Amino acid sequence: MNATIPATPRPPGAREQPYWNPYAVGALLGLVLLASYLVAGRGLGATGAFSSIAAWIANAISPGHALANPVHARYLASGSPLTAWLVFLLIGAFAGAALSGWLAGRTRFMIEKGPRLSGAQRLATAAGGGMVAGIGAKIAMGCTSGQALTGGSILNVGSLVFMGSVFAAAYAAAWILRKEWL
Amino acid sequence: MLPLSSTLELSQAANLGLAVLLGFGFGFVLERAGFGSARKLTAVFYFYDMAVVKVMFTAIVTTMAGLFALSTAGVLDLAELYVEPTSYAGAIVGGLVFGVGFLVGGYCPGTSVAACATGRLDGFAFLAGMLGGVYLFAELLSGVDAWVRESAVGELTLPTLTGLSMGWYVLLFIGILVVAGLAMRAAEKRFAGLRPPG
Repeated sequence: MNATIPATPRPPGAREQPYWNPYAVGALLGLVLLASYLVAGRGLGATGAFSSIAAWIANAISPGHALANPVHARYLASGSPLTAWLVFLLIGAFAGAALSGWLAGRTRFMIEKGPRLSGAQRLATAAGGGMVAGIGAKIAMGCTSGQALTGGSILNVGSLVFMGSVFAAAYAAAWILRKEWL
Repeated sequence: MLPLSSTLELSQAANLGLAVLLGFGFGFVLERAGFGSARKLTAVFYFYDMAVVKVMFTAIVTTMAGLFALSTAGVLDLAELYVEPTSYAGAIVGGLVFGVGFLVGGYCPGTSVAACATGRLDGFAFLAGMLGGVYLFAELLSGVDAWVRESAVGELTLPTLTGLSMGWYVLLFIGILVVAGLAMRAAEKRFAGLRPPG
């Protein structure tokens, strides 16, 4: 049911392997997060890198306009070490996921979607949902990585409230929009 | 004394190298968990595959237990770790908006990167939409940003809020994980019929 375009070469003889046990892989994810805390004094995050890129784009279009904007300006402070840290973290994440998917024979060009949607419809819901998630992450000052995972593990009250809100809204939306995925 | 960042002044290059290394581990385990697939991620909202909650909860408990053990052993100073200021308004409103985007878009920011890295075209669409959303927020909603930041009550963790020490929360969260694990196993059996074909 999924639009599969078998274009990418795969390692010879590789068949798609099952995902790792969720509890085992969860413990590994916890150790990566712990390592980040022990080395850098802070956890993981994904949204900050997007904010930096958005600020760079705004700066490329009009530096004066970008610096006058309080949100963009936070990510443009000269030599802001955190900004670069988050972008490099995300570059590493891309490489790590690429290697994992490749080794497991899961890498191929395809569209992940529910059986009722066309490929084009799914690309539209992905882009629209991404936009809404981006705005939500900015309001919450973080996403599933920076708030839920990183903050949750240090018992940050705001992060735990965020996690509850995310799941409440997503379960409600899942019921209303069940035709998207079922 | 840990964290290293509090005692050791690393060069910018070493810092960014560490970021790439940590990111690599992050991306690798996300993909191993199946989080590069929107169907796997959204399955949790239809109860037939609860992997998302299992992975996230186990990760949180593992990190929490590690932080607690190392600080109790006296090798880690918890006060040196960054804690994002709590804004109830930001967490509730942002969480509700984010949750809808997560369900409709099928990814969250970090997992969309794992999706792109394994060739998922909807991952690229999500990533582009997300970048657009972040850009629009800065351009049109900087008032909301100021409001959230003003409403923040500062660093706030459950131990400081309740006076109960971190160790009790580690035990509590392990207990919840065990009970939730059994409940999720039952839920996956009960809702197995919802799994879409293919």
